[in-house]
Amino acid sequence: MPIKILVTAKRVEDYESKIKVNPAGNGILPDGLKYKINPFDEIGVEEALRLVAKHGGGEVVVVSVGTKDVHEQLRHALAMGATKAVWVNHTGPLDQMMIAGCLQKIIEKEKPDMAILGKQAIDDDQNQVGQYLAEWLGWSQATFASKEESLESEAEKSKTPALKLSADMKSLTAIREVDGGLETLECTMPCLVTTDLRLNQPRYASLPGIMKAKSKPIEEHTPASLGVSATSNITITKMEHPPARKAGIKVPDIAALVDKLKTEAKVI
Amino acid sequence: MSNVLIVVEAQPDGSLRKATLNAITAGKQIVAKTGGELHAVVLAKDAGALANTVKEYGVKVVHAGSAAHLTNFTADVVAPAGAEIATAIKAEFVGAAATQAGRDVMPRIAARLKAAMASEILGVVGSSGADLQFTRPMWAGAVIATVKLGTAIKCFTARTTEFPMAEKAGAGEVKAFAPAAPAKSLQKVVAFKEVKSARPALTEAKVVVSGGRGTKGDFKEIDALADELGAAVGASRAVCDAGWQPNDLQIGQTGKVVAPQLYIAAGISGAIQHIAGMKGSKTIVAINKDAEAPIFQVADYGLVADLFKALPELRAAVKAAK
Ligand SMILES: Cc1cc2nc3c(=O)[nH]c(=O)nc-3n(C[C@@H](O)[C@H](O)[C@H](O)COP(=O)(O)OP(=O)(O)OC[C@H]3O[C@@H](n4cnc5c(N)ncnc54)[C@H](O)[C@@H]3O)c2cc1C
Ligand SMILES: Cc1cc2nc3c(=O)[nH]c(=O)nc-3n(C[C@H](O)[C@H](O)[C@H](O)COP(=O)(O)OP(=O)(O)OC[C@H]3O[C@@H](n4cnc5c(N)ncnc54)[C@H](O)[C@@H]3O)c2cc1C
Repeated sequence: MPIKILVTAKRVEDYESKIKVNPAGNGILPDGLKYKINPFDEIGVEEALRLVAKHGGGEVVVVSVGTKDVHEQLRHALAMGATKAVWVNHTGPLDQMMIAGCLQKIIEKEKPDMAILGKQAIDDDQNQVGQYLAEWLGWSQATFASKEESLESEAEKSKTPALKLSADMKSLTAIREVDGGLETLECTMPCLVTTDLRLNQPRYASLPGIMKAKSKPIEEHTPASLGVSATSNITITKMEHPPARKAGIKVPDIAALVDKLKTEAKVI
Repeated sequence: MSNVLIVVEAQPDGSLRKATLNAITAGKQIVAKTGGELHAVVLAKDAGALANTVKEYGVKVVHAGSAAHLTNFTADVVAPAGAEIATAIKAEFVGAAATQAGRDVMPRIAARLKAAMASEILGVVGSSGADLQFTRPMWAGAVIATVKLGTAIKCFTARTTEFPMAEKAGAGEVKAFAPAAPAKSLQKVVAFKEVKSARPALTEAKVVVSGGRGTKGDFKEIDALADELGAAVGASRAVCDAGWQPNDLQIGQTGKVVAPQLYIAAGISGAIQHIAGMKGSKTIVAINKDAEAPIFQVADYGLVADLFKALPELRAAVKAAK
């Protein structure tokens, strides 16, 4: 049975970037920053592609909210194999409720069978949008989806999807990373999944994929055209770096280390 | 007057999670500034016993919502029940500990309350009322942001390492209520594969010994040192990705955040994503064979050595020093 899945592609700083707050303390310095698709969203795109491959075809619709720069991340998802890209054009602050509101409207238009988001965006680290969206849609939620097999396993090498759909597509089973172990959660479809790191290892886009993605159309909306209020309810009033840890020392050997731990740090 | 509601994580065995006591302290800090009452809510099949435990910690009222549909602490059923009690007591702030369960359910409660939310708060700042703000980490803790939530109700999860555990402080009142059953439940826990360990819980341990890719998956010496020190064992992402250790042991931006008295990192390079989960530790020891490894920048004591040689020596020296 073909399946239609909605995924996202948030634009974030590359995880290896050195983030520096600007002198005004109200943003970060743009110098030398590289931008990528949020790693958790990339895992979401990969899982959607695997599910579609396993279930005899379907569609993967990728959405991003932001300035025109997000086309780069949308095209990255298209190059991986997503079938359609949707851009919500917005400049300025956004909060989780706005993002979830826009995604809700797109879902109402596209009517996917399920959605896969990242568990958190690695810039804001909020870990909220998926849960808001699931509540507003009235869907089940499987946050922090993972799998039992490692990323070095045979299941991973054969690109088996970790999320399991029942034959009638009425329920989805996910393995979740919870405190103390792994939980198996059975969800009524439609389901909103958020990805954890061990769900899969995303593929590299193929050269033909990259070429094809360049000319694919991108559907455009705005929060206003979707009927979503564009006022942010979260204001960042200050940004600063945390105090640096005071510089430590190198010890020459174990005897010196144990001595420091006993007499100076007093922790053993 | 702005009331604060703490949503307590119900565990399958009905016991109290220490993280709840950290969240209660965050609630107390808000109440101290805004002058409201501190409430808590326990949602479970049988909420009474846990509510009785929670009431000892300086909480004015603990709402005990018992219902068969709350057998599992899943977001689909916890969110409506949590929002119901928040509305009933006119809570202005609703929060939980930033545990995996808290991270799962709290935004869904916020969504129901049309409330904005700050995740993983580190502190409560500002004077009172509309001025009250939260500090929280961004970009793996490279930046601390001060944020103001503009909705009538405001939600948060509290990072456990940043708020001391609440102490016992006079018994509050327990009020039972019957949460309305949803039309149908959407989620069912069908299995739980527990990471069994005789060691202390990672987030509660006084000492943590962590291994990275440098172990090549051989944790024998990490385990042995941990046992000598009565410590918990942790790991970097590289170790969990390879399947060498359970995912539950990952420390960092996207794993667990720990702040023990002593953190020993062996064969871990010190990527910012790992540092984000352990830099609050009182004393950090790094053992790495590469003198340039970034982990040494946050270590109080660094030893440039092969971990397979250093760890057995350290264990012997710790034993001798006892
Ligand atoms: C410098 C800076 C200043 C900011 N200032 C403000 C401000 O003043 N006010 C304000 O409200 N916010 C502000 N923000 C935050 C805002 O832009 C967040 O990105 C937004 O609130 C989403 O939160 P999140 O990414 O933390 O969501 P999370 O809940 O961590 O994201 C989880 C998942 O949601 C989905 N998602 C999130 N964002 C998008 C998106 N844009 N498109 C598609 N999918 C998405 C993805 O699947 C993602 O994996 C600022 C951010 C930065 C970097
Ligand atoms: C979205 C995202 C989220 C992430 N979240 C996390 C997270 O939560 N936690 C986390 O840890 N990482 C996280 N990471 C990964 C992080 O960026 C690093 O890749 C990871 O922490 C590296 O693990 P490591 O230090 O064990 O391995 P490496 O970086 O490979 O370091 C191994 C170290 O071992 C040393 N070594 C080798 N052999 C020996 C020996 N015999 N004796 C002594 N030393 C030796 C080497 O010198 C080296 O410094 C995340 C990455 C991304 C993109």
